[in-house]
Amino acid sequence: MAHQKVLMSGNEAIAMAALDAGCGFYAGYPITPQNELIGYMAKHMPLSGGVFIQSESELSAINMVFGASAAGCRAMTSSSSPGISLMQEGISYIAGAELPAVIVNIMRAGPGLGNIWPAQSDYFQAVKGGGHGDYRCITLAPSSVQEAYDLTLSAFELADKYRIPVFILGDGMLGQMMEPLTVSGPGRPETRDQRPETKEWAASGCAGRKPNVVKSFYLNMGDLEKFNLKLQEKYKGIQAKEQLQETAYIDDARVILTAYGTMARIAKSAVEKLREKGKKAGLLRPITLWPFPRKIFNRLAVSDKQLTFLTVEMSYGQMVEDVQLAVEGKARVEFLGRSGGGIPSEEAIINKTLQLLKN
Amino acid sequence: MDKKDNEQRISGRENKVIERLVISGFGGQGIMSLGKFIALCAMRENKFVTFIPAYGAEVRGGTSHCAIIISDKAIASAQCEEIDTLIAMNEPSAIKFTPRLKKGAHLFVNASMAGKPRRLKGLHLHHIRFTDIASRLGNAKVANMVALGAYIARKKILSVRNIIKILPEIFKQNTLLIHLNEQALQEGLKTK
Repeated sequence: MAHQKVLMSGNEAIAMAALDAGCGFYAGYPITPQNELIGYMAKHMPLSGGVFIQSESELSAINMVFGASAAGCRAMTSSSSPGISLMQEGISYIAGAELPAVIVNIMRAGPGLGNIWPAQSDYFQAVKGGGHGDYRCITLAPSSVQEAYDLTLSAFELADKYRIPVFILGDGMLGQMMEPLTVSGPGRPETRDQRPETKEWAASGCAGRKPNVVKSFYLNMGDLEKFNLKLQEKYKGIQAKEQLQETAYIDDARVILTAYGTMARIAKSAVEKLREKGKKAGLLRPITLWPFPRKIFNRLAVSDKQLTFLTVEMSYGQMVEDVQLAVEGKARVEFLGRSGGGIPSEEAIINKTLQLLKN
Repeated sequence: MDKKDNEQRISGRENKVIERLVISGFGGQGIMSLGKFIALCAMRENKFVTFIPAYGAEVRGGTSHCAIIISDKAIASAQCEEIDTLIAMNEPSAIKFTPRLKKGAHLFVNASMAGKPRRLKGLHLHHIRFTDIASRLGNAKVANMVALGAYIARKKILSVRNIIKILPEIFKQNTLLIHLNEQALQEGLKTK
C-alpha cells in the first residue's frame, strides 16, 4: 500500500487508524469535541464490512464493546469526558474479563457537564482507573494528528497483546486540529493477525472444542485473589516493557518541562524560544501515561544535579503527582496549570521557567 | 512551480519561515472553508501546516474563526498567540483579533462590512470591499476567495498556480464553481 498524505483532524485520524488496524466493531454516542470521530465511523465502517452502532447511551456503547471483544472482534468506542465517566463500570468489567478494547477520550473541561473546550483533567480517571477494582488501562497520549493515527494502530496491537483496555487520551484541540498526515493504510502485517479465530480465549463459536467462558466473576474463596495476582504480574510486565516518551534538550537542562498531548507542543515551543536565548530548558513528554515513563525520570533525577521539573497541564495538577512519585524527592517539582477552557500560554511557561532558572 | 514564481515568493516572504494567520467573520462567510483550503494548499507545497477551528457552541450569525500556521520547519505549538496576518470578514472579528496582531502584521478587513479599525500603529491595513467584489461576480459567498487573492498578492505565502490547480478537487469538478472561485481569486489579486 502506497503511503498517502492527507489533511485531517485528530478525530478523523483516530477513526481512520482504527479501520486500518482492522477494527470491526464500533459503538458510540455523540458528544463534542469528538463528533468527527463517530461521524467518520458512521460513514466508513459499513464500507469496510464492520459494524457501526450509534448506541442509545455511553453505557450501552461500552457494554457492546465488551460483547464484540468477547467474541474476538477488534472493538472500539469513543467519547469525551462526561461520556467516559458513564462508561467506567463497563471498563472495569472489560479489564476484569481481560478483554482487549480501545477507548478514546477526547477530553473537554469538567467537572460535571463542564464545557466543550479542551482540557486534560481526566488524567486521574484514565491512569488511576475511574472504575472499581485493582485494574489498569494502558493510556497513550498523542500530541499531533500523525501520532493520533500511529498510536491508535499501536493501541489495537497492545490491547490484543496484553488483553487489556487501552485508552487514547487526547484533548479537544487535538481532536479538532487538522494537520498533514501520512497514512500507512490497511494491511500493516502486525495489525491484521488478530482475527477472531486466532484468539484462543474468545467466545467465537465452540464447534469441535471446549466452550470458552469470558467473565469477571469469581465466587469461590481465593479464586479472585489468584486472578488479581495474575493481573498484577501482567501489569508489571507492561510497566517494564512499554514506557514511551519524547525528549528534547534534556542533557544539560536545568529546568525540564514535562507535559503531554497538545500541551507538550506549547511547552516545546517555549523550550525552543528559551534555548534561542541560551537558557537551559528541556522537554520530557510522556507518550505512555500508564505505564508512566518512570525510568527516564529515575535516570535524570539525581540528588546532586539540582534539577527542576516544571509540569505543565491543562488541569490543576494531575500528572504532576506521577512526576513527584517518579523523581522520588531527588529533584524539585513545580507546577503550572489552567483548566476550564484556559490553556497555559507559551509566554506564561517561559516566564515561569525563567523564574525557576533564577532560583 | 517555475523559477520566477519561486523567487517572487521567497522575496515576498522576507526570509520569514513562519506565518500565523487568523481568519474570522460571521458563520456562513466561508471562514472554515477558506482556512482548510489554505491548509491544504500549504500541505501540497510540502510545507508544515496546522489548522485549528473555533469549534462547538457557535451559532448562526455568530463569529467564527480559525487559526493556521504555515512553516518551513515542524510546528511545535499550533496555538496562534501572536498573529502575523488577520483576515477579518466582519467588524466584530476585526475588533476582537486586532489587539493580538504582531508589530508589522498585515490586517485585511472586509470594507463591505466593517469600518477602518482604530489603533493601527505599526500595522499594514488593507481595507478592501471583499463582499462587494464577490457580489459583482454574482455570488457574495466567494468573498472569502477574493480575500485569499488579496492576501496572496501581498504576502505570497502560497503559489497562485498551485491554488488554481487544487480548486477542481475542492469543487468536485463542478466547472461553474471552479470558474467562479478562480475569478474571485483573480479579482482579489488585482486589488493590489
